[in-house]
Amino acid sequence: MNLGNGIKMIGAYSLLMKRVFAKPEKWRIFWRYFFIELDKLCIQTIPLIMIISVAVGAVLVVQTASNIESPFIPKMYVGYMVRESLVLEFSSTLIALLLAGKVGSNIASELGSMRITEQIDAMEMMGINSAGFLILPKISAATLFNPFMMLISFICGLIGGWLMVASSGLITVEEYVNGLQFAYNPYFISYSMVKMAIFSLIITSVSSFYGYNATNGSLGVGQSSTRAIVVCSFLILITNLFITNVML
Amino acid sequence: MQFFDSDNKLVHYKCDALVRMITVSHIWKFFGEQTVLSDISSTFETGKANLIIGASGSGKTVLLKTMIGLHKADKGEIFYDSISFGAMSAPEQRLLRQQMGILFQGSALFDFATVEENIRFPMDFFTDWNTEQKRDRVAFCLKRVNLSNVQRLYPSELSGGMQKRVGIARAIALNPKYLFCDEPNSGLDPQTAIIIDELIYEITQEFQMTTIINTHDMNSVMAIGDKLIFIHKGVKAWEGAKDEVIHADCPTLNDFVFASKLARKIKENTIAP
Repeated sequence: MNLGNGIKMIGAYSLLMKRVFAKPEKWRIFWRYFFIELDKLCIQTIPLIMIISVAVGAVLVVQTASNIESPFIPKMYVGYMVRESLVLEFSSTLIALLLAGKVGSNIASELGSMRITEQIDAMEMMGINSAGFLILPKISAATLFNPFMMLISFICGLIGGWLMVASSGLITVEEYVNGLQFAYNPYFISYSMVKMAIFSLIITSVSSFYGYNATNGSLGVGQSSTRAIVVCSFLILITNLFITNVML
Repeated sequence: MQFFDSDNKLVHYKCDALVRMITVSHIWKFFGEQTVLSDISSTFETGKANLIIGASGSGKTVLLKTMIGLHKADKGEIFYDSISFGAMSAPEQRLLRQQMGILFQGSALFDFATVEENIRFPMDFFTDWNTEQKRDRVAFCLKRVNLSNVQRLYPSELSGGMQKRVGIARAIALNPKYLFCDEPNSGLDPQTAIIIDELIYEITQEFQMTTIINTHDMNSVMAIGDKLIFIHKGVKAWEGAKDEVIHADCPTLNDFVFASKLARKIKENTIAP
């Protein structure tokens, strides 16, 4: 992709977002689809996020405990390290990358299929702002709810660590809990939730952009889905760097 | 628009036939350096089935999509009731689109919605009808296309012919002035295709709509072609009524219409002294 194409794409994305954030034709219809998308994009993803977070929390305990060799480092640092790893990076950035794969491909392929089967054209011909109707509920549902998904992931990660500590005896449960409470900074939670909200905005809007503009039949739908995931992942990493520099 | 009388009963209304005409004037359309439509002009009349015919790739779908605003004409104008579509503001175009019913080639029913929700979709956006009124209108539209007990089914659960009927029901949900059909019987068996053609024709006459149908199906041409426009390589090569086709002296039209041996035989027998 050369610079000219990149600028064109940013322009097309901006124009699409202008249509997306136009006032909904009927708020009642917007709220109906908001809750449908909330269920589809967020609620149905919770079990997956919970399982992964518990597993990662447990692995973090094992890895941290087995790497603390110095007798001068208190064992409670295992809990501290697990908490900081989860809240600062895993529960926001890595979960966002996972959502880019699951939710991003879902959105891109859904909108892409609607595009190639002329369903979006049909809406436009009815005089409906198809971009606003189809994309705004997705963006708003994910952006508003996913910060809470970060909290769920964080709590599940801590529980996973606790389960590992309790079952393996690498450290005592008291040491783990003391570590979790050590040097606790509530700002990190806010920081992580803000990151997740921004990542969710990126995932839903960029995936929608690629799906909405899909061409070349079913092959094009697959390509738009792949591109959406790649671009979302790249943007999440770049934005993560930027937000971290600004907020921490 | 008013579909219910003072007693909340569903009513039909018929507008003055003179105010539903569509005129295309010197339309040109290019895709890159390729000329897809060259200087096409015609008038589409009210209460008639106006058929745009031509071989695949001749430009008829581009013409139809240009007329409804999905493509922008590079030159020329399209007039709805003598008002230029290009000169209308975006809100005016949007209002006009609410008076258009469109049946897409693949039906374009919304996968996420049931049959009832598909037909109710434009009503949800553009009317203040209550649930009962919408349900009445959905039932009326389904009855009009000879479907019953399908309200709760999803498009994927319907046959191709049923999907077309639901597409027509959705297209007439708001009692449009203009009905556009892109290859309405493609992919259907001959009997179902004839039923769909007849249905579109009946609806056109009943509601006095200006109906424009894109097709390359000769059965449709002979059955409902009140007015035909033949497009060949982006150029309007012939225009007339279905009865005039048999005597037309347009070689490209004859090659297209009488492509089969059977059709040529029928023509020879018809025009033989």
